[in-house]
Amino acid sequence: MTSDRPTLVRLSVGDEVVRREITVDRARLVRYAGASGDFNPIHWNERVAVEVGLPGVIAHGMWTMGAVSSVVADWAGDPGAVVDYQVRFTRPVAVPDPGSATIEVVATVGVVDVSAGTVRLDLTATCDGVRILGKAQAVVRL
Amino acid sequence: MRVNAEYAGREYPPNAAYEVGREKLREFAQAVGAAHPAHTDPEAARALGYPDVIAPPTFAVVVAQRAEAQLLEDPDAGIDFSRVVHADERFTHHRPIHAGDRLVTVLHVDSITERAGLAMVTTRAEIAADDGAPVATVISTLAVRGEGS
Repeated sequence: MTSDRPTLVRLSVGDEVVRREITVDRARLVRYAGASGDFNPIHWNERVAVEVGLPGVIAHGMWTMGAVSSVVADWAGDPGAVVDYQVRFTRPVAVPDPGSATIEVVATVGVVDVSAGTVRLDLTATCDGVRILGKAQAVVRL
Repeated sequence: MRVNAEYAGREYPPNAAYEVGREKLREFAQAVGAAHPAHTDPEAARALGYPDVIAPPTFAVVVAQRAEAQLLEDPDAGIDFSRVVHADERFTHHRPIHAGDRLVTVLHVDSITERAGLAMVTTRAEIAADDGAPVATVISTLAVRGEGS
């Protein structure tokens, strides 16, 4: 698995290195609530979500952030290589029932730092064409 | 109730250790779709040089939120959770979290600022191993809507 890891010298600023769609349904949110300990009802209870002014149940921002990091980790070939990772939550992801929401993740090379041995990936995540994360950046040690 | 700006600059004492278990990491990895075998298979993790299965990058939030509760559950802090929106989050990993870690967190309230009816509360959780070595820094900003906004 380590042999097919990306290498710094083959990366250039602006390269698109990953494009992937991930899906999320209500069952996924319940699973994340249990795994993370975040039981805020806006992530599983339609009535409560609507009462506080949301369009319906929304995904945990931290689920989205985690799912996007998995895309980065798969590309890096080592999840422990993700040394810095930040996002701004700009729009909630409404998760319908029945059905699911689809998030498109695109990672491009923002900075290659040869002396530090790291690459910064700039990430976009969109749902129905709307950006759900801002200033999403992951620094990966290669 | 308004967010109490006097909490800015506060540092809490180290909290009770969080003990990281393999099954918890497997459960969290599955929940976020982290399919890399280093999260589930100790041999795969050791092949990458880690002592045991490692956590996905955002698992540190589970550790940090226990420390953040000291602030969020303090009525005098004035943070009404029904009015909170998560604004941004950042993880800096000094090394990956792995099964078997005993993690102790010191919570800092880095800033509380108000603008346009929103209070922005930024916390920093410094997570260390029980020998004191730094493991992760988790910076989280919450936006708290004021009354009537």
